[in-house]
Amino acid sequence: MKIAIASGKGGTGKSTVAANLACTLSRSREVVLVDCDVEEPNLHLFFPATTVDVPVTTPVPEIDPARCTLCGECGKFCRFGALSVLKDRVLVFPELCHSCGGCSLVCPQGAVREVPRTVGRVACSRPLPALVLISGVLNEGEVQAPAVIRAAKLLAEGHPLTLYDASPGIACPVIETLEGSDACILVTESTPFGLHDLRLAAEVVERVGIPAGVVINRSDGKDEETLDFCRERGLPVIMTIPFSREIAAVQNRGGLIAALLPGWEERFVALFEAVVKIAGVSP
Amino acid sequence: MIVGITARAAGTDAPVEQRFGRAPYFVFVDTETGKAESVENPLVDAAGGVGPRAVQMFSEHGATVVITGQVGGNAAKALEVGGIKAYAYRGSGSVADALAQYTAGNLQPLPLA
Ligand code: SF4
Ligand code: SF4
Repeated sequence: MKIAIASGKGGTGKSTVAANLACTLSRSREVVLVDCDVEEPNLHLFFPATTVDVPVTTPVPEIDPARCTLCGECGKFCRFGALSVLKDRVLVFPELCHSCGGCSLVCPQGAVREVPRTVGRVACSRPLPALVLISGVLNEGEVQAPAVIRAAKLLAEGHPLTLYDASPGIACPVIETLEGSDACILVTESTPFGLHDLRLAAEVVERVGIPAGVVINRSDGKDEETLDFCRERGLPVIMTIPFSREIAAVQNRGGLIAALLPGWEERFVALFEAVVKIAGVSP
Repeated sequence: MIVGITARAAGTDAPVEQRFGRAPYFVFVDTETGKAESVENPLVDAAGGVGPRAVQMFSEHGATVVITGQVGGNAAKALEVGGIKAYAYRGSGSVADALAQYTAGNLQPLPLA
């Protein structure tokens, strides 16, 4: 079973929910937690451990000057501006390339060869006896987040229970993360902004066609608007984490409430059971 | 020599556009014959990577000098490698005015590196 944890924007406590859930589940079974927030992975902060790193490469063009006639086709085709055909050479901007492969297709001379270029890495570790953490890390200044997410998810393949922590927002990295998930946990806060972002995120999961439930984080007890929205959309609210000093204190030092505060492990077990029900598959 | 100038519209009377890759028009002037060719920039609404693609258009038109307001990093690199010199025109005058200023030696080169 694959569960994605997402939110319409950053700072809702999405990673905290993912980390607590992973920690809780690892007490009773093998769990793989995949950090798909490759531009700013942070789950390793909850689970420090030594890692094994696997580089992630994507194909980028290399031009053979002996064959190239400087016809200009590749530069006209590339809509990312990764190629400039000049008077005496083709200039490649590998960091702008999205590896669509189009330039090698349009080149009439067969002068474009694809060579691998490292855009990031996947860091694997086993911070707890039954928890494997796989973190995708996109190198600074790179654009190909989906490639790193795909690699991280691929390394997690074959495990019976996988949690994907998505990047905040609703752009293509999130869709890449949601792809193939059985259910999605949407983390939100009960503020007007939180509701706006929840609405956007709910639309994305609906479009990808994944059943979802909502976790309200840092609730001040006045969640009516969020609850109304969820009822309207048929989204079950599967957990409410109240705003409390005690919880904030644990989380501010990078601690997990499931491990440190009484009662929370049980609540995260219940969260998992609720997600299983939503997904409609056996765990 | 062919000088390419970023412009808001076609023709040498058009005002100069400060943005390089997103200029609505490029006006190419042959300084020997005085002939001007205006080319509509297909990249005005493109999502990204407009700089290097605009440089390719300048290169295709045989321009060795570009007059514009500012160029981004990737475009600057392409201009440098392509041997196209860039000059800064920060006024609000026309393409013809920018060209006159350039010919008079009043324009500063844009740093490309
Ligand atoms: S592979 Fe696609 S994105 Fe990359 S340079 Fe070629 S055409 Fe551009
Ligand atoms: S399409 Fe091929 S031949 Fe034409 S400029 Fe590009 S690499 Fe050279």
